This record gives sequence, C-alpha cells and structure tokens, in this order.
Amino acid sequence: MNAVFYILAALTLAGGLATVLLKQLVHCALAVTVAFAGLALLFLQLDAQFAGFAQILVYIGAVAILIVFAILLTRGSDLPKDGVFSKTWFLGLVIAAGVFAVLGWAVLASVSAVPQQNAVPSVTVHDIGIALVGRYVLPLEIVALLLTAATIGAVIVAMHEKERPR
Amino acid sequence: MIATLGATNPFFVNLDQIFVLLRNWLVGFLPVVLRPAAGVLLGVVAIVCVFPGLFALTTVFERKGLGRIQNRIGPNRVGPYGLLQPVADGIKSLTKEDIVPLRANAVVHFLAPLVLVVTVFMGFAVLPMGRNMVLVDMDAGLLFFFAMGAATELSVFMAGWSSRNKYSLLGAMRAVAQMISYEVVLLLSSVAVVMITGSLSLPKIVAAQNQYTGVFPHWYIFTPWGLAGFLMYAIAATAETNRSPFDLPEGESELVAGYHTEYSGFKFALFFLGEYLAMFSISGLGTTLFLGGWSAPFSFLSWVPSWFWFFGKVMLSIFVFIWMRGTLPRLRQDQLMNFAWKFVLPFTLLNLLVTALWRFMGEGWQRWVVCSVILIAAYVVMGRVEMRSEHFGRRSYRYAE
Repeated sequence: MNAVFYILAALTLAGGLATVLLKQLVHCALAVTVAFAGLALLFLQLDAQFAGFAQILVYIGAVAILIVFAILLTRGSDLPKDGVFSKTWFLGLVIAAGVFAVLGWAVLASVSAVPQQNAVPSVTVHDIGIALVGRYVLPLEIVALLLTAATIGAVIVAMHEKERPR
Repeated sequence: MIATLGATNPFFVNLDQIFVLLRNWLVGFLPVVLRPAAGVLLGVVAIVCVFPGLFALTTVFERKGLGRIQNRIGPNRVGPYGLLQPVADGIKSLTKEDIVPLRANAVVHFLAPLVLVVTVFMGFAVLPMGRNMVLVDMDAGLLFFFAMGAATELSVFMAGWSSRNKYSLLGAMRAVAQMISYEVVLLLSSVAVVMITGSLSLPKIVAAQNQYTGVFPHWYIFTPWGLAGFLMYAIAATAETNRSPFDLPEGESELVAGYHTEYSGFKFALFFLGEYLAMFSISGLGTTLFLGGWSAPFSFLSWVPSWFWFFGKVMLSIFVFIWMRGTLPRLRQDQLMNFAWKFVLPFTLLNLLVTALWRFMGEGWQRWVVCSVILIAAYVVMGRVEMRSEHFGRRSYRYAE
C-alpha cells in the first residue's frame, strides 16, 4: 500500500466510473480501456509481469477492439435521445452492491484462511509455462478445444450459404 | 563473456561498450542514490533522440531510393544531395496550421497521435541494441513488446473515429482489421523462437544465437523452421506497419489518406513518426528473433562493435521495406484477408509443429532433412491447391513500341 497503488487505483476507478457515466458509446469503450490499463499496471506493481502484459495484450489489444467494432458495426455511435441511464437503476445498484459484497467477503475471508506470507513468491514466466503444460495441461487443452469449436462455429455462421445442387 | 568471443583487444572491447561506459561515466557524477534512476533516464533520452534521428535520415533515404527506382532524382534542393530535406519538412510541419474539423471529437482527436507515438516508443525499451545495451531486461520482454504493439491499434481507431470523416473511419476499420489478422501471425511466428530458446527474454534469445560453428553463426534464420518463421514474420511485419504492398488503410486512390486524413501540421508529423518508429521497432524485433540481434555474421568479425551490427541489420530491413514499396503493387482487401487466414496462418501453425519436431529430434542431419521436406512440401501443396481456381495463363510481356 503506497502512493503508486493509490494512483493506479484512482485511475482504474476513474476509468470504470467514466465507462458507466459517459454518454457517447465510443467514449465509454475508450474509458473501459483506461480501466483495463489501470488493472494491468496494478498487476505489474505486484510484480506479476506475465499477468500484466497478458492483460494488456488480451484486454486492450483484443477485447477493447472487439467492443469498438461491435459498437460501430451495429447501432452506430449516435447519441441516444432519452439519456443513457436505465429506468431500473435502483435494481442495478442493489445487484452491483450484492456482487461487491460477495467479492469483498471472499477477499477478506481469504486473508484469514491463507496466512500472510512474508516472502514475496517469485513466479517467473518460466514457472507459469511449466505449470500450464504440466499440472494444468488438461484444463488448458479443454479451453483450447472450446475456443477452437467457438471459432469454427463463428466461421460457419458467417459463411456464405452455398446454393445446394438439386 | 567478451573475452571468449575473440575480441580481446581492449580498444575494441571499449569501442563495443562505448555507450555503456559513457553512461556509467556520466552517471558517476551523481550521488549514489540517484544513479539507477539517472541511468534509466539517460537510456530513455538516448532512445528518444536516436530513433527520430534515424527516422529523419530514413525519410531522405526512402525518397531517394524510390526516386532511383522510378527513374528520377528525388529531393535535391535542400542542402547537399537534399540531405537537409527532413529539417525543412520538420519546420514546415511545425509552422503549419493545426486544423481540427468542426464536428470532430476534439479530445480523442488530440490524444490519438500521442497514444500512437508513446506506445511505439515503449517497444524499444526491451530491444537489445548491443551487448549489455538493453534498457529493461524483462523476464517477459517479448510479451511486453507485443502488448505495446496491440495498444497501437486502438490509437489508429481513435484517430479514424474521432475525425468524423468517412474516409478516416473506413481507413481505420481497414487498418484495425488488417493489424488484428496479421498480429496473430506475428505472435505465432515468434513463438517458434521462444520454443527453441525456452525464454521470453530478448537478451537471452540473442545470447542463444551468438554461437558459432566454424565461422558461421547459429542464427535462427539458418534453420528450416527459422527461415519459414522469418518469412512469415516479415510478411506479417509489413502488414502490421501498413507498408506497401499492404498499405490499403491509406490507399490514396481510394481513401485520400486513410485514418490520418483529417490531421495536419505537427499531429500529422507525429503519425508519420509513429509509422516509421513502428517500422524500426518491428525490424529490430525481427533482427533480435531471427537474425542474431547484435551478433556478428562471421566469428572473425566479432571485433566490430555489437551496436553496429544491430543498427546495420535494422537499416538493411528498412532498405528491403523501401525496395518492396518501390516494386510491388497494392493488394485488394479480399486478397489481403484470404492471404492472411488461408495461407500465412496455416503455414505458421505448421511451422510450430515443425519447430517442436526439430526440438525433439536432437542433433544430427536427419532433422534438417525431415523439417525441410515437410515445409517445402506444405508450401508447394498449399500453393497448388489455392491457385487451382485461379487459371493463370502464361505470363505475357508487352513493350512500348
């Protein structure tokens, strides 16, 4: 807990708030990118290089671009006439508070369940690689299979329908 | 380590390390507490000065080279042989009016060129530009480089969208689609190198290639998988930097200038700078991954300073970029996408399998034969299959009467 942490936390929170409060959809997409970048920097501050860079590569390089493409290809980026705030904002607030409470409880409970380690565990990229293809190889393969299936499915959906010979 | 490389003469050792020694000497004037920070600061200043300088030289070099290819002289008015042309261009872009379209999204329009230049500069931080000459030796340096590369796509989109111009938006959409498609190839072709080296750290990748059999180096390009990987990397790098023949995002006959149509003055100059810096950094990474980084091409040349080899190899890649721009016509959008997804990507995936085979077949001549045969056969078969529907006739030549 130091000054860097507070600056990064403020940046991430500001990005998150801007995402829900801004009117222009593309601005929201860019603001969520700032939040992603803040999270990546938090990972880096915790010496988790791999997680930090993967966060930038995947979330800024792919997810943000995907969001932006989705906005441009569907509704256009015009301003909605009747405001951006939903009428059921109270319900949303309750759900968000509930999710936050569960997450906060989990984090706080983990502090007492797992006693604080004094030494910082040094996890190198090499260790992560060994763990991924060693102990966790089955989950990795399942995820890979799932993603491949999803990709093939997307291609089939997007493919031109050929006229069938009769 | 230096002594084992045959460069035992202290003069050459000092020449090799001249920049490191210079930095240490300058930092030595400061109190001990400030030294690490000052060392990093000096490294950053060096990068921020050297690469824009190279950019200025490259613009003249490119215009001269293109002129030569197109049978004209090129710039020759400012200074001897037109060498001061970049100075004139710089003054012009600084004094030009900065025009922002009335309906443009001013904040995003302003931020886009900054995001581009900053993220491109960040990539240089992990490139080893000579022996002991790397700003940050990160455990995951390669990943850092690609993470920064991914962030440039967003700046291109920001520029295109915020301009409120249909040509800008179309150009940005094309650019982002192209960059995403070829980034997959760029990453996968680099993975082959990581598989052999067993590290994501770029200095370690160079060190693994800095060995010699006889006088010949162990550069990865001199292996079957390395050559195939390098070719795929080069194609993807050309597309990633929007260079001809993949310069559709700024195809001036269709899109005026693509995503930077509505930029003028110094903001345009920043886009121009960012594009060339991206070229340098991607050439630098290609050099590091496949061409042995700062190591000498023959063992008896290892007395030549390591930074000379690195920058020499990068400038050679830049020359190839210019050469391609002068000789190849632009692709069509469908050709570009088909090429990426139906040829380059499958071939790169196959190359990964071949690399694994190479890794586990052990030393010996067998692996050279097996890997080469697989790659050549795949190249021929894929080329034949994809070209079957094209029905090309014999090549015909027409000459002016």
